Amino acid sequence: MAKRSAPEVNAGSMADIAFLLLIFFLVTTTIETDAGLNRKLPPIEDQPEDPPPLKKKNIFQVLINQNNDILVEDEPMEIGNIRQAAIDFIDNGGQDCDYCQGKGDPASSDNPIKAVVSLQHVRETEYATYIAVQNELVAAYNTLRNREAQRLFGENFTTMEANFNDGGYEGNKESLEEKITQIREMYPLKLSEAEPKERE
Amino acid sequence: MSKFKKKKSGDLPAISTASLPDIVFMLLFFFMVATTMRETTLMIQNDLPFADQVEKLQKKDLVMYIYAGKPSARYQSQFGTEARIQLNDKFADIGDIKQFILQEKESKREELQNKLTTSLKVDQETNMGLVSDIKYELRKAEAYRINYTTRTGDAAQNMQ
Repeated sequence: MAKRSAPEVNAGSMADIAFLLLIFFLVTTTIETDAGLNRKLPPIEDQPEDPPPLKKKNIFQVLINQNNDILVEDEPMEIGNIRQAAIDFIDNGGQDCDYCQGKGDPASSDNPIKAVVSLQHVRETEYATYIAVQNELVAAYNTLRNREAQRLFGENFTTMEANFNDGGYEGNKESLEEKITQIREMYPLKLSEAEPKERE
Repeated sequence: MSKFKKKKSGDLPAISTASLPDIVFMLLFFFMVATTMRETTLMIQNDLPFADQVEKLQKKDLVMYIYAGKPSARYQSQFGTEARIQLNDKFADIGDIKQFILQEKESKREELQNKLTTSLKVDQETNMGLVSDIKYELRKAEAYRINYTTRTGDAAQNMQ
């Protein structure tokens, strides 16, 4: 094969092409945003009042020990089962709850408004386990809220919330807020976190 | 092999620079795709745990970041392997958090001050003891809105 001198390639339009690509990426790039579980911390009380008496049956106790074992109501439980257990507890509907679909077990919670989830951990608990449990508890509430939002408004609660926080949402924000508040009142997220117990 | 040793004529042909922009732009694109924006240099390990019930953090300017985790390998000789807190670019103690929060609050306009969220970026191997200390400090500083920042994924992955 005889080597011939290659003709010069015209590179004049190269810049155009490169700029076209550059502009395309500039327009389509979104900077990654962080996501996570939102929580609200309780204020510190100077004089701790006696907590209002809660019936034992209205408390769903979750404990994570130093070996990252999860104890629900003093029974060991796998992480995968917590969500359903929490749903069963919150949605039990023992009394005064016309939208609950639980079994109505008298030994479980009265209604979602009275139901309290208590999450306890020790200082040696790993953060990952704690987040996994938090996630499952939030999931339980989200499942129930979604169900009621679907029934009442034909829309998922999580979508409603995302729309509400989205600046570009074009619907009626006020009615959306009302709907969200209504669902939140039906299933208030009552998560009590005690200070970690020192290990004896 | 002899293919490459042909023609040892004296005059050097001019190297075409037409492909130079290609190379440069290839690099540019590589970095564009691979870059994640990060304001602070991390001095700790920061493998966030997984969760799937996440909400997005809105309005980046209203977020304060607290990092915690074991110091990364190059700082371990100096700071040990015990999990520590990082605020901005330096290691901090539990007691510094309150000051940090108040400073951040002060730098924002008044009507936005109670909309600040604290994002906790905590390594998944950290003990909860440190996290609950941080939370107690935040309560003292009256920064009640927090966000446990996580990676999106199945929470069961945390248990391995």
